[in-house]
Amino acid sequence: MAGKSLKAIVESLLFVHEQPLSLDRLALILEEFERADIRQALEELVADYEGSERGIVLVQVAGGYQLRTRPEQADYLRRLNKTKGVKFSQSALETLAIIAYRQPVTRAEIEYLRGVDSGGVLKNLLEKKLLKILGKKDVPGKPLIYGTSKEFLELFDLKDLSSLPTLKEIQELAPPDPFADQPALPLAAEET
Amino acid sequence: MQDTLFTEAMENAYQVQIEQFEGPLDLLLHLIKKNEVDIYNIPIAAITRQYLEYMELLKELNLDIAGEFLVMAATLLQIKSRMLLPVERDDEEAEVEDPRAELVRRLLEYQRYREAGSDLVARDLLGRDVFARKFASSELAEMAPEEEPADVELFELIEAFRKVLSRVSVDSFHNVGADGISIADRISEVLSLLHEKRTLRFDDLFHDGMNRDLLVVTFLSMLELCKLKLIRIVQVESLGAIWLTATSEEGAVPENADIESDFEGEASVGG
Repeated sequence: MAGKSLKAIVESLLFVHEQPLSLDRLALILEEFERADIRQALEELVADYEGSERGIVLVQVAGGYQLRTRPEQADYLRRLNKTKGVKFSQSALETLAIIAYRQPVTRAEIEYLRGVDSGGVLKNLLEKKLLKILGKKDVPGKPLIYGTSKEFLELFDLKDLSSLPTLKEIQELAPPDPFADQPALPLAAEET
Repeated sequence: MQDTLFTEAMENAYQVQIEQFEGPLDLLLHLIKKNEVDIYNIPIAAITRQYLEYMELLKELNLDIAGEFLVMAATLLQIKSRMLLPVERDDEEAEVEDPRAELVRRLLEYQRYREAGSDLVARDLLGRDVFARKFASSELAEMAPEEEPADVELFELIEAFRKVLSRVSVDSFHNVGADGISIADRISEVLSLLHEKRTLRFDDLFHDGMNRDLLVVTFLSMLELCKLKLIRIVQVESLGAIWLTATSEEGAVPENADIESDFEGEASVGG
């Protein structure tokens, strides 16, 4: 049982800090407390907020803990902030998805998957700090390799990269179609 | 305006670049969806023909065709020719792969990431659905697409236009009559029509008996209006009828003169 005061201390730190706070960071700040107690205080806080009817919840995101509003309140908060939030173009989304799931990945690999030049969209995503350059690949030309950033996790409400939803499985090409030898039927659309 | 001037304007001055192109894979997926064919058994001849028709149309509209589209066209033709060749079975274990397999893999992979992208953006986004004490990065707040995307997919728009064009015989292309009209003039006409009715069906703008030039001018006017954000092009259901609506509040319709000068000032109108 974490002491009542510890829970209050942790809560106040979370309230003030503007980015997700990791357990490591909390343990460093709260050196007089046991790490296990801090963890328990965090877990209790998560449960407290979740169970209450308050407008705020404590969520695990980007490797830390952060107080956030509930999605149900979004409409009111948008009025307050006069914002509609981020908007993505189709090309930005595609590129982000490829990098998120395939990282570390080079521009050439991204372009092969998308079938189009992706220099512009990469630059844009880098400027928005959603991507970071992880280094250079040790192949001729030493191309840059890209990955997603901490801001990416924060924005998309992800605890870490492993909590990305699993990609839909691609149906295997292998099972031979028993009708494969038959010519395809003429399509109605062809007549136009 | 003289016909020669008009033609010149068509050929040189007016080049639309549309950012909405996601590339050849996007176009292929669109064609597969439109034809309702099995992605594992693509009728390659039909799809290749339709793909090339799109390219022709893009060229006719003077839209920039990115190199990637040409590469894909070559790939499709290569696959098509390989499928015509007899399969050599010289030894039993060597399994001959379907010439389409590589392309299908790429299409599926691409589709998978596209879906993953939609799944990502459907999450509770910080600054849109959930809020923290301070928005993580102020740069993100400004991250809006450069252009409001048209609600209708570009390919569908072009498809609709292709149908319109197919109703006109090629002959009428040569009879450039007295009704040569500039894009600026046509924009004004479309705008005043919209002013009366608020919404128009895509097909309403293209009457029978219009010649090919006028059809092309009308279509380009529509694209230009969309780019100027004076109209929205929407579709109620996927593959349904396409509608145009005016976006402007009262009085926001610019003077004709403004539009004219816009065309003269820029060699390339586009994104």
